[in-house]
Amino acid sequence: MSMVEEGRAIFLQIAQAVEDAILDGSLAEESQAPSTNELAAFHRINPATAGKGVNLLVEKGVLHKRRGIGMFVTAGAREALLAERRTGFAERFLDPLLAEANAIGLSPADVADLIRGRTAPPDQGTTP
Amino acid sequence: MTAAIEVDHLTKRYRETLALDDVTVGFAENTITGLLGRNGAGKTTLMSIITAQNFATHGTVRVFGREPYENADVLSRMCFVRESQQYQDESKPHHAFAAARMFFANWDQQLAESLVEEFRLPMNRTIKKLSRGQLSAVGVIIGIASRAEVTFFDEPYLGLDAVARQVFYDRLLADYAEHPRTIVLSSHLIDEIAHLVENVVVIDDGRIIVDTDAESLRGEATTIVGQRSAVETFTAGRRVIHTDALGNTLAATVLGALTEADRQALARAGLDTEAVSLQQLVVRMTQHAHQAQTTTTKGAPR
Repeated sequence: MSMVEEGRAIFLQIAQAVEDAILDGSLAEESQAPSTNELAAFHRINPATAGKGVNLLVEKGVLHKRRGIGMFVTAGAREALLAERRTGFAERFLDPLLAEANAIGLSPADVADLIRGRTAPPDQGTTP
Repeated sequence: MTAAIEVDHLTKRYRETLALDDVTVGFAENTITGLLGRNGAGKTTLMSIITAQNFATHGTVRVFGREPYENADVLSRMCFVRESQQYQDESKPHHAFAAARMFFANWDQQLAESLVEEFRLPMNRTIKKLSRGQLSAVGVIIGIASRAEVTFFDEPYLGLDAVARQVFYDRLLADYAEHPRTIVLSSHLIDEIAHLVENVVVIDDGRIIVDTDAESLRGEATTIVGQRSAVETFTAGRRVIHTDALGNTLAATVLGALTEADRQALARAGLDTEAVSLQQLVVRMTQHAHQAQTTTTKGAPR
């Protein structure tokens, strides 16, 4: 009934959803961010919880408040978020990947080959 | 946060039955609280005493700092939507709304009319000829449109289908966001309201067994799944509130947030974790309280 998942604090998930929108460009820097009430209605959650997510982003400097108008995305927020996500990338994605690979007998080199195979540009001459 | 409602050592006895057993609890102003528990746990008794529709045997209730009993000023600021609300025999929905409009100072007629449309409530039929769901809709509309400073919804969804319940949740949340007020929502459909509530109070056998904010409850229990002996090693010394076994696989639900060290230990032991939903947690805790009571006879753990 909503996109919120179990087991992780909802306000963290709300903050991440806003960050994702900034990262993929759908929420541009300097543009107005959704209000607490809009986030609450969209995710069907308590406004206080949505407010906690927004506050977290204000503390991080991702959003800032313009008095009487609302929340806006801070200039430079996207670069800062990219840097932050890249730092955590290995831990969040590679460690579990390598653990599973190890459990089923794939070496890191095998994994690297698999990644190359998945991301290689399509062969010339095959169907377009 | 200030409490809109303060309940202090409240006890209610019906002959042999102790419906409420020394209940002390507060409901914070301008929050939505989920009041959860099994049938007969004491939820309705608690709400009806707070709204002065029932008497306490011992203890006190204060709403905005004052006793609600025979206090017209306090009572007019509270709305109690009961599961089995009685209306006058020949009255139609618009009569019920007209009465609510006179009683509640913040009544929003436009909001009531738009809710009537959304719930497709037939206005020219007598209330006793309405379906169970339409009857629930009358109560829900009064509960939302009254904008009372304190509003109780006691299982307001009986007979409402999934679409109508979603309308209720969405409209309640939207109106609450615009007009913050103190709302207590009693429900058995816990998963449906888990994200709407800011605080959770669980009552079991007339006692409060949980009183906390919903966010901290979310990490409060985890189910550990894996090879039996490894699970037993990890859960030794922890509060296990439920176990399921399948062959050599054991699933044990433990209370207490997991630390980073715990997570590493779990990973090393090859154990999986599953998040426990609020509904599962409440089911397990109320079952657990009963088991503890039958084995120790000394009462449920707090």
